[in-house]
Amino acid sequence: MKRVINEMKVRLDARSENESVARSIVSAFAAGLDPTVEELADLRCAVSEAVTNCIVHAYRDLPEGQIGYIYISVRLYDAREISVEISDNGCGIPDVERARTPFYTTGPEGERCGMGFLVMESFTDSLTVKSRVGKGTTVLMRKILHP
Amino acid sequence: MNEEIRIYEEEHKLRALLPGEIDHHAARTLREKIDKKMFESHPDVLLLDFSGVKFMDSSGIGLILGRAEIAMEMGATVQVVGLSPRLERLILLSGVEKMKNITVRR
Repeated sequence: MKRVINEMKVRLDARSENESVARSIVSAFAAGLDPTVEELADLRCAVSEAVTNCIVHAYRDLPEGQIGYIYISVRLYDAREISVEISDNGCGIPDVERARTPFYTTGPEGERCGMGFLVMESFTDSLTVKSRVGKGTTVLMRKILHP
Repeated sequence: MNEEIRIYEEEHKLRALLPGEIDHHAARTLREKIDKKMFESHPDVLLLDFSGVKFMDSSGIGLILGRAEIAMEMGATVQVVGLSPRLERLILLSGVEKMKNITVRR
């Protein structure tokens, strides 16, 4: 059985300036498992995609002046595994399977390219997406590090 | 690390030296600055130089695609240069090099 050796939870305002904050925090925390530069870069990119989705999609219907939250929880396991869970209380995804199709996007014209989930999937070892329309979405990514 | 985009006008060519981090937040400003210059100088070539980019997510792909669309409408081409192996991986994942008016060089 793998065992959690360190855990972090953080709540951030869903503002685009927090995209870099989110990936820096996660990468600093993950450093506890002594990942390679490449593994860290993968993680940073995957986190950036997930957080951006919360900002661009999840909270797009919020009234002006209101700000949503992004919840990030990271666990380090003794089996050299990192799990990153990123949740929001936003609009939810009606059809997760479709949303995960590479290059499918509902984002603003010329801004998104529909690669968010594809990047998360490619740069981690597993990706689970759970969503409830009108309630929110949770993305769970696992990354297994070099021995 | 270069925090700001720098854009140089050469003969019929616009060379954009992209900053160290390209995410969704940064892309907004980059988009505006590049497009403004594009319409000011109507170049034949827009050269996007990624050699100073330390971090990029798919927002960078969106940035390339969006500029290629504008370039296409102008009859211009886009050259993507200075890719690290890491960025190249992201670019290949996106398939942007298959677009007619985009060429990708390391």
